[in-house]
Amino acid sequence: MQAFDYVRPTTVDEAVSILARHGDQARVLSGGTDLIVALRESRRQVQVVVDIKALSETAELAYSPQAGLRLGAAVPCYRIYGDSAVAAAYPGLIDAARLIGGIQIQGRASIGGNICNASPAADSAPALIVHAATCVIAGPHGRREVAVEDFFAGPGRTVLQPGEFLVSIRLPAPEPGFGAAYLRFTPRNEMDIAVVGAGASVVLDETRRTIRSARIALGAVAPTPLLVAAAGNALAGLPADDAAVEQAAALAEEAARPISDMRGTAEFRKHLSAVLTRRALRAAIARAQAA
Amino acid sequence: MSESVRVQASINGEKREFLCEPRQSLLEVLRDTLQLTGAKEGCNNGNCGACNVILNGVLVNSCLVLAVEAGGAEITTIEGIALKDRLHPLQQKFLEHAALQCGICTPGFIVSAKALLDNNPDPTEEEVRHWLAGNLCRCTGYDKIIRAVLDTADSADMQSVRG
Repeated sequence: MQAFDYVRPTTVDEAVSILARHGDQARVLSGGTDLIVALRESRRQVQVVVDIKALSETAELAYSPQAGLRLGAAVPCYRIYGDSAVAAAYPGLIDAARLIGGIQIQGRASIGGNICNASPAADSAPALIVHAATCVIAGPHGRREVAVEDFFAGPGRTVLQPGEFLVSIRLPAPEPGFGAAYLRFTPRNEMDIAVVGAGASVVLDETRRTIRSARIALGAVAPTPLLVAAAGNALAGLPADDAAVEQAAALAEEAARPISDMRGTAEFRKHLSAVLTRRALRAAIARAQAA
Repeated sequence: MSESVRVQASINGEKREFLCEPRQSLLEVLRDTLQLTGAKEGCNNGNCGACNVILNGVLVNSCLVLAVEAGGAEITTIEGIALKDRLHPLQQKFLEHAALQCGICTPGFIVSAKALLDNNPDPTEEEVRHWLAGNLCRCTGYDKIIRAVLDTADSADMQSVRG
């Protein structure tokens, strides 16, 4: 593997300063399950690896029913699904955390790292998007927040500017009547990359029979994870029934613009977009009704 | 650039200290510096599980941990699985079930299975298969490995190794 320096800042300011000084010759290290592979394959040339795991904000996993969830960018997946309060409040997020890689990967990999790696197929992206999650970014000009659906710039690229890094991800507290789910299609049961991923969330009214609002997001069908606003908007006010689900599935299929590659053809992915949206939406509705 | 770093860690209950470059993985240091060659390099990219160790109680691919990240950690490798005077029940059952052929994946499977049983002492077959999905075997077809792990979980021997 290429030689590099390793630093482990203890404050956000220190991290920003190192990143700003080294620009694209520096890389942030969280779980390392993507970065170390990339370094080994010399896909990235770096002078310094900046380990952000010693920062209290990136290691924080804090949930309250009032304030929602602060998910530090370096929190590994196993800590997220291992926290019973977080798992009970955000099963749709847990769906994704349990799918990334496998058990060993989840022992290190973080959701922050998953979105910073910015694969169009990133499992956590559709799940975060349907939770209306936001990215908290620190940089030389201070802090800013970006909605997760706006965080991606292209395959493997984010909107992070030189000197910036992702500190944490915020998820709003789930309202009464909220339910969310994420699923994906893969040829194997685990240890695979999503051919298509679909996230869905709904907020049902007090009768739990009508959809007040909804969000649908797709992964691996475009250069970036997609918020399918048309599908979510169409669901608002509809009864939570099969007709509504079919409508959303059709809109999701229409919005998907996949390529054909070794994991699947574009036609197959379009088809999957509808199938998985249907299933994810049904699961989200069921969770909202059970809550 | 990339001067050597001194790292201290507890490995299989023993305090060890080593020098390494930042670019060296924990796997590389275990094998080449510490001569703990039980963990194997099967893929070097987190797919095969042959390099598995338990790091601060968590099952990980040691090929995806930089050795410099292991400072202050408690690490269990395959060399630390056997009990003082006999094999761990998992090791015994792997032998009884003939759950290995060439054996290259076996250290990874045993460390992984130990982490499973630490986490979930009575897994279903589906849970075992799901947990072990990150461990690849090219020889056995997995069935005997699964039987060995399930048999271990069922066996009275496991009582004696639980704390």
